[in-house]
Amino acid sequence: MILTKAQYEEIAQCLVSVPPTRQSLRKLKQRFPSQSQATLLSIFSQEYQKHIKRTHAKHHTSEAIESYYQRYLNGVVKNGAAPVLLDLANEVDYAPSLMARLILERFLQEHEETAPSKSVINSMLRDPSQIPDGVLANQVYQCIVNDCCYGPLVDCIKHAIGHEHEVLLRDLLLEKNLSFLDEDQLRAKGYDKTPDFILQVPVAVEGHIIHWIESKASFGDECSHHAYLHDQFWSYWNRLRTPGRSSCSVFKSSLASSWKKSPPKIIIRIGL
Amino acid sequence: MAAVLESLLREEVSVAAVVRWIARSTRGSEDNPGEAAALSSLRPLRKEFVPFLLNFLREQSSRVLPQGPPTPAKAPGASAALPGRPGGPSRGSRGARSQLFPPTEAASTAAEAPLARRGGRRRGPGPARERGGRGLEEGVSGENLPGAGGRRLRGSGSPSRPSLTLSDPPNLSNLEEFPPVGSVPPGPAGRTKPSRRINPTPVSEERSLSKPKTCFTSPPISCVPSSQPSALDTSPWGLGLPPGCRSLQEEREMLRKERSKQLQQSPTPTCPTPELGSPLPSRAGSLTDEPADPARVSSRQRLELVALVYSSCIAENLVPNLFLELFFVFQLLTARRMVTAKDSDPELSPGVLDSLESPLFQSIHDCVFFAVQVLECHFQVLSNLDKGTLKLLAENERLLCFSPALQGRLRAAYEGSVAKVSLAMPPSAQAVSFQPETDNRANFSSDRAFHTFKKQRDVFYEVLREWEDHHEEPGWDFEKGLGSRIRAMMGQLSAACSHSHFVRLFQKQLLQMCQSPGGAGGTVLGEAPDVLSMLGADKLGRLWRLQERLMAPQSSGGPCPPPTFPGCQGFFRDFILSASSFQFNQHLMDSLSLKIRELNGLALPQHEPSDEDGESDVDWQGERRQFAVVLLSLRLLAKFLGFVAFLPYRGPEPPPTGELQDSILALRSQVPPVLDVRTLLQRGLQARRAVLTVPWLVEFLSFADHVVPLLDYYRDIFILLLRLHRSLVLSQESEGKMCFLNKLLLLAVLGWLFQIPTVPEDLFFLEEGPSDAFEVDTVAPEHGLDAAPVVDQQLLYTCCPYIGELRKLLALWVSGSSGRSGGFMRKITPTTTTGLGAQPSQTSQGLQARLAQAFFHNQPPSLRRTVEFVAERIGSNCVKHIKATLVADLVRQAESLLQEQLVTQGEEGGDPAQLLEILCSQLCPHGAQALALGREFCQRKSPGAVRALLPEETPAAVLSSAENIAVGLATEKACAWLSANITALIRREVKAAVSRTLRAQGPEPAARGERRGCSRACEHHAPLPSHLISEIKDVLSLAVGPRDPDEGVSPEHLEQLLGQLGQTLRCRQFLCPPAEQHLAKCSVELASLLVADQIPILGPPAQYRLERGQARRLLHMLLSLWKEDFQGPVPLQLLLSPRNVGLLADTRPREWDLLLFLLRELVEKGLMGRMEIEACLGSLHQAQWPGDFAEELATLSNLFLAEPPLPEPQLRACELVQPNRGTVLAQS
Repeated sequence: MILTKAQYEEIAQCLVSVPPTRQSLRKLKQRFPSQSQATLLSIFSQEYQKHIKRTHAKHHTSEAIESYYQRYLNGVVKNGAAPVLLDLANEVDYAPSLMARLILERFLQEHEETAPSKSVINSMLRDPSQIPDGVLANQVYQCIVNDCCYGPLVDCIKHAIGHEHEVLLRDLLLEKNLSFLDEDQLRAKGYDKTPDFILQVPVAVEGHIIHWIESKASFGDECSHHAYLHDQFWSYWNRLRTPGRSSCSVFKSSLASSWKKSPPKIIIRIGL
Repeated sequence: MAAVLESLLREEVSVAAVVRWIARSTRGSEDNPGEAAALSSLRPLRKEFVPFLLNFLREQSSRVLPQGPPTPAKAPGASAALPGRPGGPSRGSRGARSQLFPPTEAASTAAEAPLARRGGRRRGPGPARERGGRGLEEGVSGENLPGAGGRRLRGSGSPSRPSLTLSDPPNLSNLEEFPPVGSVPPGPAGRTKPSRRINPTPVSEERSLSKPKTCFTSPPISCVPSSQPSALDTSPWGLGLPPGCRSLQEEREMLRKERSKQLQQSPTPTCPTPELGSPLPSRAGSLTDEPADPARVSSRQRLELVALVYSSCIAENLVPNLFLELFFVFQLLTARRMVTAKDSDPELSPGVLDSLESPLFQSIHDCVFFAVQVLECHFQVLSNLDKGTLKLLAENERLLCFSPALQGRLRAAYEGSVAKVSLAMPPSAQAVSFQPETDNRANFSSDRAFHTFKKQRDVFYEVLREWEDHHEEPGWDFEKGLGSRIRAMMGQLSAACSHSHFVRLFQKQLLQMCQSPGGAGGTVLGEAPDVLSMLGADKLGRLWRLQERLMAPQSSGGPCPPPTFPGCQGFFRDFILSASSFQFNQHLMDSLSLKIRELNGLALPQHEPSDEDGESDVDWQGERRQFAVVLLSLRLLAKFLGFVAFLPYRGPEPPPTGELQDSILALRSQVPPVLDVRTLLQRGLQARRAVLTVPWLVEFLSFADHVVPLLDYYRDIFILLLRLHRSLVLSQESEGKMCFLNKLLLLAVLGWLFQIPTVPEDLFFLEEGPSDAFEVDTVAPEHGLDAAPVVDQQLLYTCCPYIGELRKLLALWVSGSSGRSGGFMRKITPTTTTGLGAQPSQTSQGLQARLAQAFFHNQPPSLRRTVEFVAERIGSNCVKHIKATLVADLVRQAESLLQEQLVTQGEEGGDPAQLLEILCSQLCPHGAQALALGREFCQRKSPGAVRALLPEETPAAVLSSAENIAVGLATEKACAWLSANITALIRREVKAAVSRTLRAQGPEPAARGERRGCSRACEHHAPLPSHLISEIKDVLSLAVGPRDPDEGVSPEHLEQLLGQLGQTLRCRQFLCPPAEQHLAKCSVELASLLVADQIPILGPPAQYRLERGQARRLLHMLLSLWKEDFQGPVPLQLLLSPRNVGLLADTRPREWDLLLFLLRELVEKGLMGRMEIEACLGSLHQAQWPGDFAEELATLSNLFLAEPPLPEPQLRACELVQPNRGTVLAQS
């Protein structure tokens, strides 16, 4: 599905300083009934991530952390069952999962002698039952299930979507009888960076010769196009001898018009 | 010198004698019959003769300079500067001249006078000899400076006779001169005036010659700086201006500076500046060509004689640059017109008649006649030029007119020629592909280095792409655009190992992009690689040519361009300069040297004069191609090696002199050469591989700084090269000697080298008595590479694009004076980009090997190549096959052994390293089978391949021998690899398998079981896992809150959700382990919320609580999913985590029956053991609970424990807990 720039901007406009909650998403769906939930969620997530990237630093000053922690403590003393942490996150315009992590880190610092390792924190976020404090465990859990842009569950959903699209792509390749090497096979050969699939025999699609395919199961806004080009696509191009121009292709599930600006050596396609 | 010419012209001495005389002098043999006494008296001057002759011709021709393309730096001809220059201090020379040729000799032929005069000058004191070379060189570069020529001429003798001026390109800067030349009346004047000139004129005033020159000196010099259109073209313009002036020292000094500056700058891909060319057409357009008429040649005999001597010098390689002379002759041939000078030279008007100066070329007719005479002597060279040039020559009407015989031969040569030289297409940059063998993690010292290199590769290509996109944009600057990024990248290359990795990438990319001169990595000869050409024949071909023409640079910068970095090479040059990293340069030099050694030593197939005809021709195509690839690669590498190696010593300042030079020499002679080129050259000459070694050596030396030729080490090299040059007499062809085109290539590159500004001017003529000694020592292999026809025109023109200038000259002639619009076509010759296909010949020892060699010797070379190729491929395939079969089997065994190990040892399967050791010790001995299997594989596969590739008609005995050898070689290759590497290979693969298995097991090995796929009938229509996680997450967030009052889920929705979950879990198509894990965890959370009755229900009756029966049904569904459908572990213990049990604490009234129900079901279905549950319940007591909750928990715990293992009366038990809920329970 291809969105026009105007459509995309209209959606993005609605997402300015909206908390990443179930309710926000529901409102968005009501507002743009013609867009699929996946597209809306993907745009929401990307916009929100951009927002967080911009504001991330100010939540990580020691003063801010301290003040959040105190507010949290005061809140739970008053009423441990209330959504203290979630409200706090929404109030200061920060992702609930990230706020949960912040408070959890702070909490553990206070209660353990050594600073908690990242893996301990991650594991506790994945399974809040491991958090020694019952109230905090509930608060953290609440944050995580109510956050639709960050957190282990969201990560898992994104990962699953990516995986599913790869499978779809693979099925399609098999169906079309195209011989390919997948990422695992390439890794086994020692490649450092690999696309999802390298075609063993190149094919021509609409006049372009395709050597490799990378599935990107997300909405492609300008920003992510740029990032992907830089982080991945050129790297593939650098490693896989691809004579001539326009030799590589990328599939996206949905995408803004900005993809047209991509260089001719890499083709971006929307939808399978 | 002049005396020699003089006596020659007087017919006192025969041409043959003169040539013998010169040749002797060069050969240093003294046993000549003292045929001409006149000559013997002049013996000490012999070696000055050639420079003198060349200078003389240049000077003479300067009066009739053709309107050829402006030839930049080193074009021949412009002799104007010469006469004064060679003499050095002109005082001495003047004296000599007057002594030799007193005015009384005016009676002698007109021709003698100038000769004599020049001769006198040349003869000056000692330095004159050394100056000779320089004089030539500079004269050369002064070529085409019509203004200069004309001016000089006028200066020397115009008042007395209406001398000729040139209609050549205007000296733009010389405003004083420009208008008069432009206003010169066309043709007729030129034609009529020579007749006047021919008349002998009084000589008495000859001495006054110097005066006008002096007068002319100052203004032109002052003009020089402004007259420089570009660095490249400065010297011709600058040179031409002050010709004949007396203060030649000054002029030369300036030139030298200019040159050294130019040399420093030269590496930029110099395109001839349009400014230079553009004025030409406009002016030329206004003039008509002067027809040349053989009948009007003024002094045939004299011209014939000089032409003969000149030709002999060329033929004997007494001139430094064959093609430069040819270029000069072509210029004469295509001279458009002679324009008489107006008698407007104010300085000259008081001058005296110069009867001695009767010019050699008095008219266009003379020029053309002379040129044709010379060309006739060099038909063989001409016939080996490319087809395009031959065509233009054959169609040249002047040639037809002056020598129909030569024209006929040329036409025949053209028709027979297959030497089409094609242009290359610059391909878009291709990245060097990832090389698993070398770029693997294992080749890096650390992860960090590996990842750094990974990043660097990306940065490098980013830079390259940016360069590709922008370098042609005006105003784009490499250093400004990319410099800092390159340096930042180099800064990251900390480890030495990273440098070598990067250098390898750099070098590979260099070879890939720049094998041909235009920086194009096309393909060799007719091997048009493209799919396009298969599509359509004719039109595409034309399109191709058109594109070529549009893309090819217009000129390569004259017949002797300075070394440059055309096309893509510029990128690499600029990269090196911008990086300015000592480490990088060192590593690069190491790597280049290594590669050069490797390629230079490559055993290229040697020509065996075989009896079969057709086949050998086909074979030679391939061999030539291979040779061309190797040679071009070598030249490229050597060029960059020279560039980097001499980079620290090159600077804009002029070369040092005197003491400073001595100290520098002392210092530099300590420094070992970056590559022992002297030894390589010596070996190359001995092994008769000069045709391979010399061309790259020339590239290397062309970047030498001024000091290099003075160092003993390099001086030896130059002397060797000079001897080689003399020995390459084209007319001497004999069996086992060097092929004609090979010689031509060497002559061309050597000639070019001798014109490089840094090569001292005196070097060429300095060498005494060279070649004989050189000829003897080659007792080398009967047939060296030199004797093989490895060079064709394509390669010749690729290596020496400046030869194409000849064609341009002719093309310009055809295009007519107004025809500059068509431009020149520059020859870019494509080369193949394919790999070098190096097949090092097998050096196996023993009789068998010698037998095999002998066998091959008697067979066509293709047979050997085929066998070696088959052996190489089969050997390699064999290794792959072993990897895929034997090793893969062993890996499978390792996996199953590992499984057993893990099962027997339980969760603490032991240290992975230890496990690996155990496995390897069990499996590696099996590697021994590899050799047997490999042998069997080669035995089985090789004969078929050989049979398929050799001609059907191959005799059976030959075939079977070939098969056997192929089997042997393949086996040798495969077994050598296998025996060395099989153990390591097995180890590596097993290690990878072990870590894979251990990783796949995850933290809970107990829960692992083999994964089932979906059933065969599955059509994969189940909901996607991502969707389900998302849905369940929504339910969870609703349950956990906060929620709006109207939010909730319907029981139907829950049921549907669980149904979908079941479908998804049964269709494994889209399920990945992390997704399944999260689904499992979410389902457990969901169960806990059900048990605690925390799910807000949207029902028609708006009851907000789930009915017990529905709850149980849902729990049943979950239990079944856990039991049947989840394949990964389900974290059921979370059901009894304090947090989830705590959910119950919040409900009023608390209902424990569902929990108890769930626990019993878990036990019953075998999902959890009683003990496990007991342990969980036990740990629950340790948590802090409200008092009443703790009590109830204890009751539950007791109840559960009290239950008999067969939980039949479950309802009753629940009633015990919550008697008031009994009715509800009964409903379920």
